[in-house]
Amino acid sequence: MYSPKVMDHFTNPRNVGEMPDADGIGTEGNPVCGDVMKIFIKVNDNKVVDAKFQTFGCGAAIAVSSMVTEMVKGMTLEEAMKITKGSLAEALDGLPPQKMHCSNLGADALHKAIEDYRNKQGK
Amino acid sequence: MKKIYLDHVATNPVHPEVLDAMMPYFKEHFGNPLSIYEHGMKAREAIENARSSTASLINAKPKEIIFTASGAEANNFAIKGIAYANQNRGKHIIISKIEHHSVLNTARFLEKSGFAVTYLPIDKDGVVNPADVEKAITKETILISIIHASPEIGTIEPVAEIGRIAKQKGVIFHTDAVASVGNVPVDVQSLNIDLMSFAAHQFYGPKGAGALYVKEGVRIVPLVYGGIQEGGRRAGTENVPAIAGMGKAAELAKRDLQKRIDYVKPLRDKLINNALKIDKVMLTGHPGNRLPNHASFVAEYIEGEAMLLLLSAKGIFAASGSACSSKALKASPVLISIGVPTHVAQGSVVFTLGEGTTEDDINYFNETFPQIISRLREISPYAKGWEGTEDSSCTAQK
Repeated sequence: MYSPKVMDHFTNPRNVGEMPDADGIGTEGNPVCGDVMKIFIKVNDNKVVDAKFQTFGCGAAIAVSSMVTEMVKGMTLEEAMKITKGSLAEALDGLPPQKMHCSNLGADALHKAIEDYRNKQGK
Repeated sequence: MKKIYLDHVATNPVHPEVLDAMMPYFKEHFGNPLSIYEHGMKAREAIENARSSTASLINAKPKEIIFTASGAEANNFAIKGIAYANQNRGKHIIISKIEHHSVLNTARFLEKSGFAVTYLPIDKDGVVNPADVEKAITKETILISIIHASPEIGTIEPVAEIGRIAKQKGVIFHTDAVASVGNVPVDVQSLNIDLMSFAAHQFYGPKGAGALYVKEGVRIVPLVYGGIQEGGRRAGTENVPAIAGMGKAAELAKRDLQKRIDYVKPLRDKLINNALKIDKVMLTGHPGNRLPNHASFVAEYIEGEAMLLLLSAKGIFAASGSACSSKALKASPVLISIGVPTHVAQGSVVFTLGEGTTEDDINYFNETFPQIISRLREISPYAKGWEGTEDSSCTAQK
């Protein structure tokens, strides 16, 4: 059902855990639907220097979270905003069609974390 | 790596003696049972022998057994067949919220064609209250269909009592016994059953063989019209090898039933007792009155499909009623009906044991299961509780 890459990120997820001193936090999803992603980012000089996640959800949801935190490190905020469901799925060598919408929340959670960072900066 | 199959409610391997009993009907006795020469006679004989041993397993008469291709077909046949045979007497059917999809969706189909359906509630253990059945019966009621045992939560329903009420009120009673026949003793006489569905692959027979018990004198409209097979009640050239296999499997189940229960129940109890030591893991279904090989849980703060994948990476194969593990992406309606909040139902996991399950398997499982739960909870944002969670409806685009 899942690609070897999805299984790798699911069974050995990267960047798991809370980030107490996060500069931005984004949460997407609803446990009633089965998937919730919380992304933490650390920003320095307009670049994402660190990212972590906590996820409640299926194998795809956990793999997507792991992948998005890997991908985003080192990106500028503008580059990070360009990460999409499609680019994440592609980086994971594809996701089953039924998982594309409900479990592929990594980009949305990341964008919310960036928004959160920008809002905090604005204050 | 170990391979521990704990999904016996999904299906079972074919018993070697069953396979041996099937083989001749693929090869030398391949004939059509309607043919009058020896090929046909051999095939005919196999079907009638299978009918006798299948009937004997449930204490029925051979002529009360109609072979079908599955439990789902038997459920469709029973419900549509009784509804259409009795629609002049009334158009009301009673089922419950713990029914299998093949009962539920057949009832919904009939609803669209002008029948009224009552969906009885179940309690927190998944039990249908016979008093609710009695109250729901009207002058229009022609059929009551209540499952014998739930494949999802293992609960065994008070079918004998419901059957007694149905008999008293003159309403036909069907039970879906797919999950129970071959796992617990089922006697259609003492359970007051008019029609009963069951399937061979639940008791080490082949897939593609099921049966509907129809009590002598109960009139039923066929689902499949055509020739005179199965007394004109189910047309189509018989699946002779599968039917022969079902007969053999029924014979073995009758012989070994108590032995199988005595073997599997202590192992299942050991699994349940260990799992319930884990924080925020709860048993679903009735604690005592449940299928002897069945253990089902919800583990809070984590999701069922993720559990199944990690378990399978450790060589343990099981099932879940979570939204993500279903093709429909919806949490199990049965879990919702017993009052499990939707977000908790996502942590559903079901383990069903069988003849091949060993003490070593259960020890290994008992070591592995808590590790997998901890691992997923380390990833979960809810590891400390469901803060910020409301049991709202899911509006995600699916």
